[in-house]
Amino acid sequence: MFMTKIVLKNLLTKYATRLYPFQTKEPFKDVKGELKIVMEKCILCGVCKLRCPSQCIKVDKQAKTWEVDPFSCVYCGICVEACPVKCLYQEGQYRAPLADKDMVLHVQEAKTVEAPPAP
Amino acid sequence: MARTVIPFGPQHPVLPEPLHLTLTVEDEIVKSAIPKLGYVHRGLEKLAEIRDHSQMIQIVERVCGICSTLHAMCYCQGIEELMNVEVPPRAKFLRVIWAEMHRMHSHLLWLGLFADAFGFESLFMQFWRIRERIMDLQEATSGNRVIVSVNCVGGVKRDIDAETQKWILDTMKIVEKEVLQLKSTIMDDFTVKRRTVGIGVLSKEKAYEMGAAGPTLRASGIAQDLRQTGYAAYSDLNFEPVIETDGDCYARTVCRFNEVFQAIDLIREAFTKLPDGELAVKAKGLPNGEVVSRVEQPRGEVLYYLKGNGTKFLERVRIRTPTFANIPPLLDMLPGCDLADVPVLILTIDPCISCTER
Amino acid sequence: MKDSVLIINEDNTPELSPDKIITQTRILKDEGFRFVTMSSTDLGESICVLYHLDKDLQLVNLKVDVPKGSKIPSIASVYGSAMLVENEIKEHFGVEFDGLPLDFQGMLYLDEEVQKTPFCKIGITRV
Repeated sequence: MFMTKIVLKNLLTKYATRLYPFQTKEPFKDVKGELKIVMEKCILCGVCKLRCPSQCIKVDKQAKTWEVDPFSCVYCGICVEACPVKCLYQEGQYRAPLADKDMVLHVQEAKTVEAPPAP
Repeated sequence: MARTVIPFGPQHPVLPEPLHLTLTVEDEIVKSAIPKLGYVHRGLEKLAEIRDHSQMIQIVERVCGICSTLHAMCYCQGIEELMNVEVPPRAKFLRVIWAEMHRMHSHLLWLGLFADAFGFESLFMQFWRIRERIMDLQEATSGNRVIVSVNCVGGVKRDIDAETQKWILDTMKIVEKEVLQLKSTIMDDFTVKRRTVGIGVLSKEKAYEMGAAGPTLRASGIAQDLRQTGYAAYSDLNFEPVIETDGDCYARTVCRFNEVFQAIDLIREAFTKLPDGELAVKAKGLPNGEVVSRVEQPRGEVLYYLKGNGTKFLERVRIRTPTFANIPPLLDMLPGCDLADVPVLILTIDPCISCTER
Repeated sequence: MKDSVLIINEDNTPELSPDKIITQTRILKDEGFRFVTMSSTDLGESICVLYHLDKDLQLVNLKVDVPKGSKIPSIASVYGSAMLVENEIKEHFGVEFDGLPLDFQGMLYLDEEVQKTPFCKIGITRV
């Protein structure tokens, strides 16, 4: 009885939900999304590795690699704040779900591969 | 009369999280209840030995998925006290704003689950739709939907600018209107009243003696709310605890409803009084000593006992969450009620089991 | 003074011997104190158990040093709600409580296969 008004209103207004995979929300500014790196700027200091609460970052100075395990990353943004050269950034979108865990452990080699464009 | 033992949970439609109760039933009336916890025990307190005190902020935030910022706030308060850091006033107000937003979304989530518990599914969706507005605000102001990660030792990390403030205040107006519309639906409904009024009465004396916390305690008529101590910026705000006197399921629901409106008022007041200034001060030194820090969460008071020994790592982090305090009163309420009322009764203490077990 | 943050020092935390704890909590209960919770820390040789009680939001602590492997009396006869937290401390730190009304035998959180008390630096093997 009390809800009749609300029910009628809901019938006449558009959906409250989105048809997710086809229709996505515009991300807000400064949303903590997927962790990315601009490898050219990175000095391999390892501060991000030390500060990370979930210890998902591995930095190897000899091999010049920077590795992140996106499945243990908790999207806290501590590494982005801690980075002395600001080479880390978080993208607005969250990472898409994947079926396999091992596949996405991505390794980047410094100065050898073509770096992704700066944000 | 024959006694029957009925296992309740750990998987039960009404429980979002696993809690097991062994109910002894005599002719549909519950005679005794024995709890069993430990289905989601993660041992987060033990992590303090291998994570330093600044990393622990992110760890304690993940103790609870719903009241995350309050955990971090409580932890930071304790560390700030040990390191003698004075938090800038703007940071205190911003902490209050995020804390009250958390309280609102937690209570709306609970009200939705509560409607679901007695089979009112469309109402459940209505509440969660309102809650989505607050989740959006949290995502826009902090970057994450639930685990907002804005607290740090010495202040907060993010600011809320004037444009966002206006947006938040506008949303508060809409939320207030929508929640008010739903209030009569749940509070004046005949069926809802039959399911809640006079069920699971926790008397004033019993609630105090059993150490109940939060709305469970306040619905029994005891005006005890940690916000009265004026931590963060609550001392500058006009705050009075919400109390109800009946102590039954209905009173606990009304109590949470009124706290949603109170949270809206507190956010409005905090924005009018929001001072200018810096967001955080740099914390120097290492925590040394023992401290007990308490904060009022949506479910009640949370207690942190922190012990530092002058190194990077804390010696002990002990977390007492409100649901842990509310389990003994629940065990006291259960005997004497109908088996059919058990799900509703358990839900009225707002159980957060992964909080309880850390 | 009401405060939500309280540094523990000698002034606000009297240290008691294990056999006095029931009398002391009984006195405090008669004064109108509410049981909040208990905390515990491993001190190496012994385990420090803290009792937190409050009245009108003012926290009072009691400290008891328990040598490892010894027993202390349970305060569940005074505050019934202490039962759960005493079970938790028993499970994590191996402190035995005398007179627990409901003893989970160290299986409140953990399973039978866990043989050591996990929160001690030098674990005590469970019996």
